[in-house]
Amino acid sequence: MGILNHLAAQLALIRKISIRNHQTTMSRRIHARRTEGVDKNVWVEFTQLAAEYKAVNLGQGFPDFSPPQFITEAFCKAVSGGPPMHQYTRAFGHPALVQSLAKFFSRIVGHDIDPFEDILVTVGAYQALFCAFQALIDEGDEVIIVEPFFDCYQPMVVMAGGKAVYVPLRPKEGTAVLSSGDWVLSAEELASKITPHTKAIVINTPNNPLGKVYKREELQMIADLCIKHDLLCFSDEVYEWLTYDGAKHVKIASLPGMWERTVTIGSGGKTFSATGWKVGWAMGSGHILKYMKTIHQNSIYHCATAAQEAVAQGFEREHELFGTPQSYFQQLPAMLHHRREKLASSLKGVGLQPIMPEGGYFMITDISSIAVDFKDSDTKDENYDFRFVKWLIKEKGLATIPVSAFYSPEHSKEFDKYIRFCFVKENSTLDAAEEILKKWSQNESSH
Amino acid sequence: TNFNHKNVCRVAFTSLAADPSVVNLGQGFPDIPPPSYVKEALAKAVSVDRMNQYTRGFGHPPLVKALSQVYGHVYGRPIDPFKEVLVTVGGYGSLFSTMQGLVEEGDEVIIIEPFFDCYVPMVRMAGAKPVFIPLRLKSGKKSITSADWYLDPDELSSKFTSKTKAIIINTPNNPIGKILTRDELQMIADLCIKHDTLCFSDEVYEWLIYRGQQHVKIATLPGMWERTITIGSAGKTFSVTGWKLGWSIGPQHLIRHLQTVMQNTLYTCPTPLQEAVAQGLMLNMELIGQPECYFTSLAEELEGKRDRMAAIVQEAGMTPVIPEGGYFMLVDVSALNQDLSDMKTDDDDDEAYDYKFVKWMIKKKKLAAIPVTAFVSDQSTKDFEKYIRLCFIKVSNTLMLIKSYFKQCLNASFHTV
Repeated sequence: MGILNHLAAQLALIRKISIRNHQTTMSRRIHARRTEGVDKNVWVEFTQLAAEYKAVNLGQGFPDFSPPQFITEAFCKAVSGGPPMHQYTRAFGHPALVQSLAKFFSRIVGHDIDPFEDILVTVGAYQALFCAFQALIDEGDEVIIVEPFFDCYQPMVVMAGGKAVYVPLRPKEGTAVLSSGDWVLSAEELASKITPHTKAIVINTPNNPLGKVYKREELQMIADLCIKHDLLCFSDEVYEWLTYDGAKHVKIASLPGMWERTVTIGSGGKTFSATGWKVGWAMGSGHILKYMKTIHQNSIYHCATAAQEAVAQGFEREHELFGTPQSYFQQLPAMLHHRREKLASSLKGVGLQPIMPEGGYFMITDISSIAVDFKDSDTKDENYDFRFVKWLIKEKGLATIPVSAFYSPEHSKEFDKYIRFCFVKENSTLDAAEEILKKWSQNESSH
Repeated sequence: TNFNHKNVCRVAFTSLAADPSVVNLGQGFPDIPPPSYVKEALAKAVSVDRMNQYTRGFGHPPLVKALSQVYGHVYGRPIDPFKEVLVTVGGYGSLFSTMQGLVEEGDEVIIIEPFFDCYVPMVRMAGAKPVFIPLRLKSGKKSITSADWYLDPDELSSKFTSKTKAIIINTPNNPIGKILTRDELQMIADLCIKHDTLCFSDEVYEWLIYRGQQHVKIATLPGMWERTITIGSAGKTFSVTGWKLGWSIGPQHLIRHLQTVMQNTLYTCPTPLQEAVAQGLMLNMELIGQPECYFTSLAEELEGKRDRMAAIVQEAGMTPVIPEGGYFMLVDVSALNQDLSDMKTDDDDDEAYDYKFVKWMIKKKKLAAIPVTAFVSDQSTKDFEKYIRLCFIKVSNTLMLIKSYFKQCLNASFHTV
């Protein structure tokens, strides 16, 4: 009995101490519920892993070569400009930038774009997407997302209180699937997903990760449905200048009836190979953009001045050189065309079948022909491609991204045999990747 | 998007004052040059390939490490650069990440008036209800400083309810320039602990402290680290508001929710700018205690400008409120007794005096300032409508220009014009 009393006294003491310690931490739920379910992030996870294992990094989408000299010079010039270059500029976009964007894109969209009404400059295309979802999607709204999709669309829909509805691009039946052009959207399947709650459809062309460049007829099919059902269209076109094999990038906003219902998103980072500058924009009819401006002014308010000045100068230069061989918008896709070929042949050389992208930064390849014993019980509940990519980083020192990360939970198991490579890299990086693949293939064949 | 209210006024005034013939004393940004080493660091960063591409989402490693060192020193505690720091797009972005991460529908958030005007729309955007408590002016004083405003303890205590999620404090305060004393912070801390609430401490002007004053971080008071997010700004620290970099510092169990917001809103901040700020911080870390340290030398420079602005205002027949910190000054315009009857607009007969005064100043005198009632709720309008806000982080020439404008326009025979 004495022992029990003694123990009870000890427990009471321990409980008192722990209560005293917890008095200074909050006992109620701290976080806002909108952060629930959106806390996992594939980039955070895989970037860390690639760094840890010092892998040859064909994973995250950024160039490992330098931006063109004219753009870095423009930035330095801005930095040595007067004090105004280092202070707040116009909140919705530095005047020089919105004016050069309006001038440049009016020609392409076929619509007179008002620099002050129809454009919002944001911290990367990422923030433009955030503003679009926050401003235009409400609780209960449905948003159609075409899969595979850049992964942030889904959590952004969720954070806005909306519901994501997915429709996948599917490989065409019957033919060998060799190009991103062989993945198509079924008009019937898309139409069947539209309900009275549907507010918007999100498209990404050129597409990440597949590389598909939507043809005019495909965009017309989507446009017809948007007009028929009075939907908004969010068109993520960050890779707009990167098309190969003569594929043409078409802006859905340029189709009849679409300017008034489309938000087109672009990226200075992808345009000028300077992803770390985080200058992006949304373009669209002022009556839609004004709501996005409200979100912007209550979340970020201003974007960095000098970076915007530099991107403005970049567009001025490209406006002069448009269509000529000196244009960066000609030179970059020409250079990347070769990198694309190089990576494809490395993959084919070891028996893998890549899907040739018509545009963008990325190439996906089917890995189902490779047999791997993962030996890794930690990851056994994860999708096959997630396990494969982690194994590839740890065992072979090559970093890629699992493609099922770009699919909805309901479809991810259907598409878990693909991995994504970024080929916007120096030749030396692609050579190093080829070495790894060759060695690996030799090891396999010697068994 | 119906939460936006007075915020639109500051934005509207900005466009009114954007007329190049108007001398803008309103918007809070320097026209002094930033220190040359930060500009050099930025130009240098852009010449390094890797610095032009994405960096770590929650903050560029050199920057979060520099912040951890500088603030570890200031707080007197180790700060984990990866778990207890988040880099954001300005102090503004930190406020947004904090509200979105920690505040929601059903919550109440206490805001001390006058307040930086974005707090209210941000609280509303998070679905919560703002609860206001005004700073009150001690009566009977002739010459006024920001220290003459105080928080009534009983009044403050009455604002805390079971729904209170957080209190926002801003010290040094924009627009008054008040620095909350240790006793005042302790009073707030006691209430936070008693009612188990969070504290969001906006300390973007933390280095702009004038002689005889001390900036105290509420997060250093007992029991407060665990429940406080402290916000800082590179723009205000290095006179580079156009760089739009800021940070939130706090315990991991709070910062991780801000990080979730970050990864779903803009993912990462610009790399070369973060690299340059990191270098600026490390350079000044070495210089702490020495006269060249920008953390103290900027405040010394601004104190002179503060005093010059105060003299200019007095000569013009108005009454300055001498700020203990920050780079704004409240100016009492009531002594001018300016007749504003022709500024009445049809739709807003009730418009506060300071709004009418500023509109008149812009229209008739080509001078812009910010009306201080833009920083208060409707119930406090009457207490603040005789003040306008001026900004004194300006080069000598600008101050001289202001002096001559005031001489020309705002003198005793003014209301006959």
